[in-house]
Amino acid sequence: MDPQRKRKIRLVIALGVAVMLAVALVYTSFSASTEAKEPSQILSSVPGTTYDMTGKVVPGSVRHDGEGLRFRVEDRDGGAETMAVAYAGTVPDPFRGGREIVLTGALEHGVFVGERDTLVTKCPSKFTTSNDA
Amino acid sequence: MTHSLGSAALALAFVAMLAAAAMALVGRGGDERWLVASRRAVYAALGLLTLCVVLIEIAFARDDFSLNIVQQHSSIETPGFYKLAAMWSSQEGSLLLWAWVLSIASSLALYATRNRLREIVPYATAVMAGVGAFFTGLMLFAGGVNPFATPPGPAPADGIGLNPLLQHPSMMIHPPMLYSGYVAFTIPFAFAIGALAARRLDAAWIRATRRFALIAWALLGFGLLLGARWSYTELGWGGYWAWDPVENAALMPWLIGTAFLHSIMVQEKRGMLKVWNACLVVATFSLALLGTFLVRSGVLQSIHAFGDSTVGPYILGLIAVVVLGSTALIVSRLDDLRSEKRIDSLISREAVFLVNNFLLVALCAAIFWGTFFPLISELFTGSKSSLAAPWFDRYTTPLAILLVLFTGIGPLLAWRRVSWASAKRVFRLPAIAAAAVGVALALLTDAASSPWALALFAFATFALVGIGQEFWRGAAARRRLAGGSMPGALVGLVSRNRRRYGGYIVHVGVAVLLIGIAASSSFQTNRDVELRPGESATIDGRTVTYVRPTAAVDPDKFTFGAVLAVRDGGKRYVLRPSQRFYRPTGVPVGTIGSNFEGEQTSEVGLWAGFGSDFWTAVRPNVTAVKQRVGAADRGFRACVSGGPGTPPQCRALAAMMRAAAANPALMPAASRQIGALQLATATRIARTYLGDGAAATFRVIVDPLVTWIWIGGLIALAGALIAIWPTRRTRRRLATDTDLDALKEAKYREIRDAELDHAAGKLSDQDFALLDAELRREAVEILDREPV
Repeated sequence: MDPQRKRKIRLVIALGVAVMLAVALVYTSFSASTEAKEPSQILSSVPGTTYDMTGKVVPGSVRHDGEGLRFRVEDRDGGAETMAVAYAGTVPDPFRGGREIVLTGALEHGVFVGERDTLVTKCPSKFTTSNDA
Repeated sequence: MTHSLGSAALALAFVAMLAAAAMALVGRGGDERWLVASRRAVYAALGLLTLCVVLIEIAFARDDFSLNIVQQHSSIETPGFYKLAAMWSSQEGSLLLWAWVLSIASSLALYATRNRLREIVPYATAVMAGVGAFFTGLMLFAGGVNPFATPPGPAPADGIGLNPLLQHPSMMIHPPMLYSGYVAFTIPFAFAIGALAARRLDAAWIRATRRFALIAWALLGFGLLLGARWSYTELGWGGYWAWDPVENAALMPWLIGTAFLHSIMVQEKRGMLKVWNACLVVATFSLALLGTFLVRSGVLQSIHAFGDSTVGPYILGLIAVVVLGSTALIVSRLDDLRSEKRIDSLISREAVFLVNNFLLVALCAAIFWGTFFPLISELFTGSKSSLAAPWFDRYTTPLAILLVLFTGIGPLLAWRRVSWASAKRVFRLPAIAAAAVGVALALLTDAASSPWALALFAFATFALVGIGQEFWRGAAARRRLAGGSMPGALVGLVSRNRRRYGGYIVHVGVAVLLIGIAASSSFQTNRDVELRPGESATIDGRTVTYVRPTAAVDPDKFTFGAVLAVRDGGKRYVLRPSQRFYRPTGVPVGTIGSNFEGEQTSEVGLWAGFGSDFWTAVRPNVTAVKQRVGAADRGFRACVSGGPGTPPQCRALAAMMRAAAANPALMPAASRQIGALQLATATRIARTYLGDGAAATFRVIVDPLVTWIWIGGLIALAGALIAIWPTRRTRRRLATDTDLDALKEAKYREIRDAELDHAAGKLSDQDFALLDAELRREAVEILDREPV
């Protein structure tokens, strides 16, 4: 085979692999992702669907319940509605009332039940200065 | 004073950077005076920015709360070491750090090239000084990020203090490491732009900046490692990587930087991949800026929430300028960027480098897509959806496994071409070892339950044995030539070929690190157990007993912990995990209960071993303690309110507080007395925790081989340092050499490398004869260029 043609074939193979990877990325990401919603949106959605809930822990609402936690969350910019949350699993150090959290889970009988070890608490901001507690 | 002096220095640094860029462009035709002046302007900016940093540090050291930055990020009680490091925990301080490190790197680069690269340096100076002016200008004009800003109103008596979570030694080195890594990538980028602008597209710019790229890469990598270590030991969740956007943002430039470091060798030696290299360096620098932007802007949900800030849009603007400008420049120079040569054979080092580049870029592309998926999905579906760790793992795992295989294959092949027979000879031993380890692990352990991990162990074995064989054969060849002992020959080999063997050591480190990651992520056992004092639990064959609770009270925090006795086969050890409850910072006097409203940090109880780590964190049940504290606070309030029937000491306290409220001069003394009283009460209450017998929740993790992540990282760092460290001869040459000298030196090295490969048995006699003849012909061509 002449070298020119050989190079072309190699290029086509490389591009083919790249395209396949790109298609796989696009395809799997849309099916594997979970939608992010705030508490007020979750309360008004269909129960049982899994969401990434992003909200703020209502100060003073955190109770220990056996190995798990129960607390309430509100939308990030406040709002009247709060949602009850039940969670068991790792609790990051910065977790407490007033902190923003992300938790994967679904609404069951009016309580948002978090999946084990999915609680993410935003690090206390290094670059904002308000004491948000 | 500091305010006006600092602001003036900062403004002058900005002017110096602008002037440097302008003068460099004026002198681009080769007018020496303008070039010297522009270089000196960059040095001047370095001096001025150094002054700024020193002023800020002095302000921190002297608790000068008349500066906003000090008031917001330090306090009188902040430990001295952290005061000095508090500068970069602030937005404005990290911008100053960016600009300062950039001025250091630019000055070094300009000093090293002061007699060389006449056509390229002016443009490179303009780019470096332009970026420097951008960051200094940001501090001056963006609003709210001037490090010398003063708080509105009179200077407060005390500052807010540094977040206790960040008071950790590795957290203090981690940000400047990452920053320096990001910043140092500016240098290769600037010289690449210079080379494109001046149409000097041979490997001269690469030779001049390769070391900077390597330093940037090492700093960024070490910064990532420190961040992972901090997360593992400080954050109380036992993990070291979470595919969080900000982590990804630092990993992406590192991956593309890794690809760049490999592919520039192909351009250096073969004159190929010029467009590719230009694209990689632009991508690396853009990703470094993107990392800076992500940290600042709050576009993506991240656990590293640094809050929305004013500088985000400006950085985005700079990224746009960099990407669009560089792309236009590359497209306009496509004709000059033609490869001088073609790849001779698929069994050659350059072919392996191509594959490795493809894998690294694919890895980065997958991570990029996953990181920005929330924005992408919002664009198409209208709702922000995010991807979790399993999605990332699905792509990164197979790519990392292939990468580790090529980490082993690359060093075994020589440049240009290797005959199939010599390839078989060098591959035999590593392949047999990999197969043996794979089979043994599958039969003797439960490694087969995770096929990916098993594949990685086998491939990593291949890489380690292959590189070990390289060292062995190289040292043996050197011993035949120079005599002496085998260890002596090994040292001589490495110190005479630092770039090559330093690189191999990096490969060893990466293979070891990936073994640690694969083992600890695939075969980890973690459990949450609730134990009362005296109770035991068995986790993965280790019996852990909650011996007794512990409690301590300090002026700034309560600590509740546990003493755990662990029996692991014949080994016994004691761990003391605890949780700290910090008083909120920046509040003068609160209630005792306010301790439960501040930050909480876990102090991990860790038994680190080469086989596996036993990691424990405790979540004490402090409900009863909180109730008693609440009662004490209520009692204190009732006492000082001075109602009927209050005891006399309460009345004295109430009188003191009234007096302090009326006369601020008495306040410190009153605060001290109340503080002491509260401390005594708190200590008494904390002791009751010891007798409560309350159950505590323990998170227990048995993490196999996790220590090898840190060891592998340090090995890689050591390798990078060996590759960076110049020999005495290169140090001398850097100062005096012309471009032609550098070219000759590079070709001479290539000839020596081929000789070494031949002596080490990597090239057969026939391969070597062909290659040597080619190289000598090329060397003669270079010599012919010498002006007579």
